Amino acid sequence: MSLATALKTGDLAQLPSRRDEDWRWTDLRGLIRAIPSASGPLTPTPGGPFAALGGEEIVFANGLSGGREGALFTAEGDATLRLRFCSDARGTRHASTMVINAPGGERLTLLESYEGRGDYLADVDLSIEVESGSHVTRIVLVDEPAESVLVSTSHVRLQPGASFDQIVLSSGGRRQRIETRVAHPGQGASVRLDSVYILADQRHADLTTVVTHAGRDGTTSQLTKGVVRDQARGVFQGRIVVEKGADGTEARMGHHALILSDRAEVDAKPELLIFADDVQCAHGNTIGALDEAAIFYARQRGMPESVARAMLTEAFVGEVVDRIEHEGARDIARAWVSAQLGTAK
Amino acid sequence: MGPRDSREDDGEFGIIRVKSMLSITNLHATVGEKQILNGLTLEVPAGEVHAIMGPNGAGKSTLSYVLTGRPGYTVTEGSATLNGEDLLALEANERAAKGVFLSFQYPLEIPGVPALTFIRTALNAQRKARGEAEIAAPAFLKKARETAAALKIDFEMLKRALNVGFSGGEKKRMEIFQMAMLEPRFLILDETDSGLDIDALRIVSEGVNAMRSPDRGMLVITHYQRLLDYIKPDRVHVLSAGRIVASGGPELALQLEAEGYDKYAQVAA
Repeated sequence: MSLATALKTGDLAQLPSRRDEDWRWTDLRGLIRAIPSASGPLTPTPGGPFAALGGEEIVFANGLSGGREGALFTAEGDATLRLRFCSDARGTRHASTMVINAPGGERLTLLESYEGRGDYLADVDLSIEVESGSHVTRIVLVDEPAESVLVSTSHVRLQPGASFDQIVLSSGGRRQRIETRVAHPGQGASVRLDSVYILADQRHADLTTVVTHAGRDGTTSQLTKGVVRDQARGVFQGRIVVEKGADGTEARMGHHALILSDRAEVDAKPELLIFADDVQCAHGNTIGALDEAAIFYARQRGMPESVARAMLTEAFVGEVVDRIEHEGARDIARAWVSAQLGTAK
Repeated sequence: MGPRDSREDDGEFGIIRVKSMLSITNLHATVGEKQILNGLTLEVPAGEVHAIMGPNGAGKSTLSYVLTGRPGYTVTEGSATLNGEDLLALEANERAAKGVFLSFQYPLEIPGVPALTFIRTALNAQRKARGEAEIAAPAFLKKARETAAALKIDFEMLKRALNVGFSGGEKKRMEIFQMAMLEPRFLILDETDSGLDIDALRIVSEGVNAMRSPDRGMLVITHYQRLLDYIKPDRVHVLSAGRIVASGGPELALQLEAEGYDKYAQVAA
């Protein structure tokens, strides 16, 4: 049951609905009344948010890359790939598949962007294989239009000794699900899954992750920060499964959201499913407002209230952005966050 | 005595009338339901340091919060002016731009905001409110380095998030650092000595004393007399149950240290 299946078969019953536990806050069945026709071709605008960082580029325009719905990339040496999902469509749908391999000992910086205009249904299915000794950094910037529906699902499989660092930054859409599922072998492999969501108006974003530790001595670190205002809706679902035998696992998950208006909402479901005996796992989840005492402190120093709030909100989100090790991507992420908060006031 | 330009010499009767910088008249204020200030009257001329001493619960911090415009504190009667201008009609940040600075008893930690960024944002906000140009980066950094050196603050600490992980003494020195950088006209020090050892007390006091000038006024709020050995006041007032119950010269502080606050608690009740 998935958007991808529904689009392929035309069967609306395949759409996930709020009755499915994993989709309770991201209902597609109630929203989508008919499967629209396929999107037409699109010549994408050159560039994208990561253009300045160079590397190779693969562009999906309305679901097609080089006329095909699927593409494959294998990293060699120290590689940078700008993977762009460009959409410009009205009342139609498209879907794409991408497979990425990082063979042993390679480094890959994956700069992934979702750039859209109009209103459409889009589905992206991504597989990432990270072999032993490889390091993949994935930075995802989701900048979709208010009326779009996007489901992007990534399946990441790591081998022992591999490392995978990810951050997703999203401003949401009509309904949006960015899901990452990681098969974690333990055995010295390390995973970081961070995210930032900044939502205004009636936008929705669902950041869902599932990490399954199958072997011992693996680490997972997750930090998500969200800011919602107006009537926006943020969803965080973070599940970490530590299977029997995966002793020595260290997993930490943090989700913290700021709600800036009465009608905005955040739903969070952190889950730790632990079946091993000797692990260190922790999760923290806070949803609230800015510290009023800190606002007064800043105002007493001369800052007007709006300036104080903007400074504190940017600092709140900044903690996640500061974890991006790639300097160029970090600067782009920071600028994007400032732009989102600027319009979000 | 004092600078001539802040006093009017009414020669005919030999009276010297002092024009106050901070003038508080019959101030009543509540925090939620509770009445804390009960008719507080106080005059602080420019160029002078006035100490406010009193037992816990007397209203010392409430006074500082009411003067600086903290939400949750309501003035129910009375007035407070700064250089003749109604202070209570202004927002907290507007009062800061007019030159009011509060050294907090419990300085806040601001995660994610480097101290230098915080102060520069504040300084530029004040300058903008006053119609002045923003401070240029080189000038700001130069001033920051000089001020940090004078207060024995490691400059590298200023690149870290403001007050995060700082000891109590370091936070109080950061308050004085901010004060020196913002160059306020009227300083309120709220129990600046609490949590300080002798060395920190000396450094903080030197920083405060370096700010003394004929056109600056200071209100030093303290429970203990010790701070006043380092920051010598011109006048000492006793605050009890929300009003000033006694005023005198510096010797009043020594008397309080010897005798305690009991007799003033009874006067106020």
